[in-house]
Amino acid sequence: MKKREPVLVANGQGFWGDSLLGPVRLVREGPLDYLTLDYLAEVTMSIMQKQRARKPESGYATDFVKLIERVLPELVKKDIRVVANAGGVNPQACMQAVLAVIEKQGVKGVKVGIVEGDDILGQLDTLMGAGEKLANMDTGAPLSTVRASVTSANVYMSAFPIAEALDQGAQIVITGRGTDPGLVLGPLIHEYGWKKTDYDLLAAGTVAGHIVECGAQCTGGNFTDWQRVPDMARIGYPIVEAHRDGTFVITKHAGTGGVIDLATVTHQLAYEMGDPKAYLGPDCSADFTSFTLEQEGKDRVRVRGVKGAPPTPTYKVSISYQDGWKAVGQLTISGPDALAKAKLCAEIVWKRLEMDGCKYSDAERLVEFVGANVCHAGIETAERHDPAEIVLRLGVKGRDLAKVERFGYELVPLVTSGPPGVTGFAGGRPHATEIIGFWPALVSKPRISHKVTVVTAGGS
Amino acid sequence: MALVPLSRIAMARSGDKGEGSNVGVMARSDVAYRFLKRELTGERVRQHMRAINHGQVKRYESENMRLLNFILQDSLGGGGSASLKTDAQGKTHALALLRIVLEVPQEVLDATPHS
Repeated sequence: MKKREPVLVANGQGFWGDSLLGPVRLVREGPLDYLTLDYLAEVTMSIMQKQRARKPESGYATDFVKLIERVLPELVKKDIRVVANAGGVNPQACMQAVLAVIEKQGVKGVKVGIVEGDDILGQLDTLMGAGEKLANMDTGAPLSTVRASVTSANVYMSAFPIAEALDQGAQIVITGRGTDPGLVLGPLIHEYGWKKTDYDLLAAGTVAGHIVECGAQCTGGNFTDWQRVPDMARIGYPIVEAHRDGTFVITKHAGTGGVIDLATVTHQLAYEMGDPKAYLGPDCSADFTSFTLEQEGKDRVRVRGVKGAPPTPTYKVSISYQDGWKAVGQLTISGPDALAKAKLCAEIVWKRLEMDGCKYSDAERLVEFVGANVCHAGIETAERHDPAEIVLRLGVKGRDLAKVERFGYELVPLVTSGPPGVTGFAGGRPHATEIIGFWPALVSKPRISHKVTVVTAGGS
Repeated sequence: MALVPLSRIAMARSGDKGEGSNVGVMARSDVAYRFLKRELTGERVRQHMRAINHGQVKRYESENMRLLNFILQDSLGGGGSASLKTDAQGKTHALALLRIVLEVPQEVLDATPHS
């Protein structure tokens, strides 16, 4: 095994739907040891379970396979290893697809590993029978109350199985659900041999992972002082320069756009933050109040002194379930009097639906006049003005599919039977889509096991 | 004393947390942080954001980042895929809070750089 320090770990994909250029540029524009990629959100797991139910060889992030196809020669040439949670609910199938791409390109000897064990959809009844209540962490209700509607159930797995796959020589590691910071922590455990009780080090890797997990959100994306961010089109994706002792530098490749300073890094540290003293993960509890940040050069922020504590005896489980239906549609309404006409249009829609027996409570419906202050409606200091045009956005939700679907028929007719200047109906009639409810729960660790499999492309 | 928006002395980032959101407010100077710790209470934030957030507001502090972290417990219209709102993930809540107008002493303004 190569002994190196520091180790360079980048994140090239902050979420499924992030720019395709992020990872491609990271492998081309400068030195790198590890490329990490995040493809999973809670709603993704539910969608993937449905895909897999229809087609057994699907249920993973197909974008990842296309990416490997595009960058494989560079990964091999530069010896860059990849860790991605692209496996979704079918890491096996994802691995087969990646192996096929490698073999098609005639590359020999590349090892691909998978981590399984997070998908407990098929074990829910056994777990509940064994006494796991899988109660909703927010409401306390036992899972039995929605059991029949459950569409996916995945454990946020430890980063140690990722290190195990790397220990076995995998150049590409594909996981299902794990924590986002774990994609960075796994390679550091592998490189430096950090132990399960090295809580400060595990917390350092977790903080590093948290800073880079949303890609360009720590390099000047979604940043308060956006006016001073240079060359956002070519914004650099973040790289952790990690040391054995747990200190690390957040940086990016020279010549890329964006900025890394104390402000951009703390923006991301605050993202989706709860109690900063106890950031809970499967491998440790990280204290975000413990460390110091220091600008040590252009686009270089050093973090040191991260403190950690033992993890809890439970894993977090992300469960999703079918929770009703919704439909949302929009029309564009020009001036003059755009706002007055948009209000009339909304009133017409609700009245016509009521005339046909569909009445929606305030909790079941939504009206937005996009352009006339939707995002900050009711905030006293928000701008108020009469816009030249408005996007009227209407939505309904509920458990009655027919009633939700009925709504969609009454939007487009406004073009000919409402006030003048109604247009922008190109999307056609809005249809009902499923609402996926989330059920965060806990499961005791000894009931969950993982499995690591490493396969060599071409069979040798 | 001067009436200025929070954005003059702080930056912010927001995101979703279940059926609520968090807004992390980062002061632009140590002096501004001390001032905000005193003035920008959870109750003050709850009042300002009451049209968006229908639940409680909890505040956490992290001195090393000059951070006040506010948890808005019910601010997404159901959260996740149940929300009908345009901003179903609270991405714009940071900017909404930065609009709050505060009465800031001149010495805090003098010691705090603009963006």
